[in-house]
Amino acid sequence: MTDILNAFSHITSLLVIPGLAYASQLAFGALGVTLIFGVLRFSNFAHAEGMSLATMFCILITVWLQGASVSIAPLPTALIAMFLAIPLVALVFIGTDRALYKHFRAINAKPEVFMIVSAGIMLISNGVIRVVIGPEGQSFADGERFILTAREFREWTGLTEALVLKTSQLLSIVLALIAGGLLFWFLNRTQMGRSMRAYSDNRNLALLSGVDPNKIVWVTWILVAVLSVMGGVLFGLDKGYRPFVFQQMLLPMFAAAVVGGLGSPVGAVVGSMVVAFSELLLTFAWKKFLAYLLPTGLAPESLMQILATEYKFAISFLILVIVLLIKPTGLFGRATK
Amino acid sequence: MSLIKAEGLVGGYGNVKVLNDCTVEVDRGKIAVIVGPNGAGKSTAMKAVLGLLKLDSGTVTLDGRDITKLPPQDRIRAGMAFVPQTENIFPSMSVFENLQMGALLRKDPIAAAADEIFSLFPILSDKRSQQAGQLSGGQRQQLAVGRALMTRPSVLLLDEPTAGVSPNVMDELFAKITEIAAQGLAVLMVEQNAALALEIADTGFVLVEGANRFTGSGSDLLNDPDTRRSFLGGRP
Ligand SMILES: Nc1ncnc2c1ncn2[C@@H]1O[C@H](COP(=O)(O)OP(=O)(O)O)[C@@H](O)[C@H]1O
Ligand SMILES: [Mg+2]
Repeated sequence: MTDILNAFSHITSLLVIPGLAYASQLAFGALGVTLIFGVLRFSNFAHAEGMSLATMFCILITVWLQGASVSIAPLPTALIAMFLAIPLVALVFIGTDRALYKHFRAINAKPEVFMIVSAGIMLISNGVIRVVIGPEGQSFADGERFILTAREFREWTGLTEALVLKTSQLLSIVLALIAGGLLFWFLNRTQMGRSMRAYSDNRNLALLSGVDPNKIVWVTWILVAVLSVMGGVLFGLDKGYRPFVFQQMLLPMFAAAVVGGLGSPVGAVVGSMVVAFSELLLTFAWKKFLAYLLPTGLAPESLMQILATEYKFAISFLILVIVLLIKPTGLFGRATK
Repeated sequence: MSLIKAEGLVGGYGNVKVLNDCTVEVDRGKIAVIVGPNGAGKSTAMKAVLGLLKLDSGTVTLDGRDITKLPPQDRIRAGMAFVPQTENIFPSMSVFENLQMGALLRKDPIAAAADEIFSLFPILSDKRSQQAGQLSGGQRQQLAVGRALMTRPSVLLLDEPTAGVSPNVMDELFAKITEIAAQGLAVLMVEQNAALALEIADTGFVLVEGANRFTGSGSDLLNDPDTRRSFLGGRP
């Protein structure tokens, strides 16, 4: 019995909780990618860099707040900073849109053109981040690091395998649920959200119906700003902020959005779960888990890891290729077009 | 005088002239049908009436008021409604949401307007929460017409409302369109099924190469041997 509990505690701590937290962080990014694709109709290569930029703003504000002794301990100060960073990031995104994308919309440019423009914006953002905060990692997490530490858990339960829960993990999951819930409420239950979906569904008919395209573009960037700040900060709190680590999120984010079906918010959430858990299940070392459950003689010698952790990023790539080959519209994508 | 009148329309896409002096009109409670071969410019004429086409010359008047310079959205505010030939619904939204989108320009509560649509097209009421993209061809067209009617227009422009529907459904749609006109709307419609459409039409316009070839009452055109032979498939 203890063995089963130990096995359970082991995978919950090292697989289930990290998986849910990572999926939540990914979902913020994938939702942004899918919104931009659905409404503005291009694949935003600058999305990861946008999240990094958003996190940078948040860190600067956090440092300023910490200096002014503002604190909401045991919660991290970055949570307040997030609310202050959102309007700033929204302004940056809308400003970028007005300076660049707007022109290409006006001349009815092809989606490929937008993609290239977004790649340019990615490079510019990269430079800006380098200049403002530098290439080094930043630690901005304060407050209580753990909700459940290994020692506490062992004392309570007497199990060998500790179930650890980090504040950043729980925050990621809870905030993703709240933000996701609000986003779906907005898209499905408000007139603005409906207009956005209509504009994404059939642009000409939406315009004929009286949808104001400028408003749609603005609201989209504001939503993307909210998602980018939250996703970036939670990822940073969980894994530590290194400005260019976000670039490695671009592929998993796109893989998640494509698995779910580009343009489908529900798909983005489901896709994030698929990508996050594929990465973790395939790179997880199952040795300990099996050792607890199997009879002593059968316990494996090797790590029982399907892929080495270094191949993590290949998994998103593989998922992307498989989906594009088998079902390019993804799980929730539009069947006809 | 007709409620909506488009006179001497000349225009096209870029350098390509599509309309060469085309005139169409229809009054309250009447149905006018535009027929003609493929590529004659029927859809283009409809776009011109709604303001989606840059005209070189010609005028459009609504209830005596010159609206030639008015953008499409303002014409819709002024009481015009349009059902495009293709892509005339929001496929990933529910039937009811499609109707809600149709009423976007109206500020008053939409429940009454929606109820009217549901009593005109009962099938839409049954499927109100279903995704519009999953409807059958005939149901889609009903939804497209319903969506357009949500603004409670006085002029309804229909571009091939029976495209791709079965003969039974076609008869039913024509019956509904007659019903709509009987409520006092001016209906201007493009139709491929010329013979059937002219039967319910008060006026018919035969359009060839962007110009009016024949104009007359529905029955006149149906009984005229010339038009029969050339445009109605020569059926006896
Ligand atoms: N958006 C467009 N751009 C350029 N040419 C067009 C466009 N739409 C239609 N045309 C051309 O205008 C002509 C008339 O088309 P249309 O009005 O759709 O004909 P109909 O509805 O009578 O079949 C055709 O030659 C067609 O190729
Ligand atoms: Mg046509």
